[in-house]
Amino acid sequence: MITQLIALISGIVFGIGLIVSDMFNPAKVLGFLDIAGQWDPSLIFVMAGAISVGFFAFRMVKQRGKTLLATPLYLPDSKMIDVRLIFGSMLFGVGWGIAGICPGPALVLAGSGYVEGIIFVIAMLTGMAIFEQLEKRRAMRR
Amino acid sequence: MLVIDWSSFTPLNAALGGLVIGLATTLLLILAGRIAGISGIVGGLFRLSQGDMGWRIAFVAGLLLAPWLYRWVAVLPPVEIHASYGLLVLAGLIVGMGTRYGSGCTSGHGVCGLSRLSPRSIVATIIFITMAMATTYVIRHVIS
Repeated sequence: MITQLIALISGIVFGIGLIVSDMFNPAKVLGFLDIAGQWDPSLIFVMAGAISVGFFAFRMVKQRGKTLLATPLYLPDSKMIDVRLIFGSMLFGVGWGIAGICPGPALVLAGSGYVEGIIFVIAMLTGMAIFEQLEKRRAMRR
Repeated sequence: MLVIDWSSFTPLNAALGGLVIGLATTLLLILAGRIAGISGIVGGLFRLSQGDMGWRIAFVAGLLLAPWLYRWVAVLPPVEIHASYGLLVLAGLIVGMGTRYGSGCTSGHGVCGLSRLSPRSIVATIIFITMAMATTYVIRHVIS
């Protein structure tokens, strides 16, 4: 129950951060991605701000080996830089460049009531469902 | 040559919003032990057998509620979305598949991964930002 409450608060705070930084605005994100036009470097400041806090948080929990509530950490353990990582990131980049929307802002836009956000989220969920199906088939072939 | 759009550039709001995002990832990490990677959190909802739906649903609910809570204290800033519905569907499908194959998006790789200096995330972030810039270039300066 406590984990759910923490996740809810974290989601709210994350969403507020996306609104304050204006990163839920696709035009703002495209302003960063369009380096050949009038370039808006704001996104770099968002990343730097977030990482400057996150860096210390990760360092702290890694040293402790558990959370402040003494519960386990679920950190990714893969170290492989493989075709899946590269191909997947390339695909994601293309999708992000088309509309200027990535998963977090998509959910905030949908929550704000924008039809465009809702359409994007439904399509994104469909893409994720297709991935799961392809993964199941891959597992069966083995 | 890069031409900076000084009229749109908002470094203070950007950095402040970034700190707030950093705070959110810190909360989830130090108290729940989870990475605030949004595509991973949402993608995990398709794996019912994992039995950890609760916190995922709660986090997504938080993101959806954020604009409503924001509206209580201030006017939600306006957004501009120029992509057609067809392009939004295409982009959404590609983002959904790509983030799952690549095990992360702007939050999981870009914020959390870079915060913990993960080589995988550094590679992923460079690739998706480069591809996104290339795609935007083609759409804005080649096709149209």
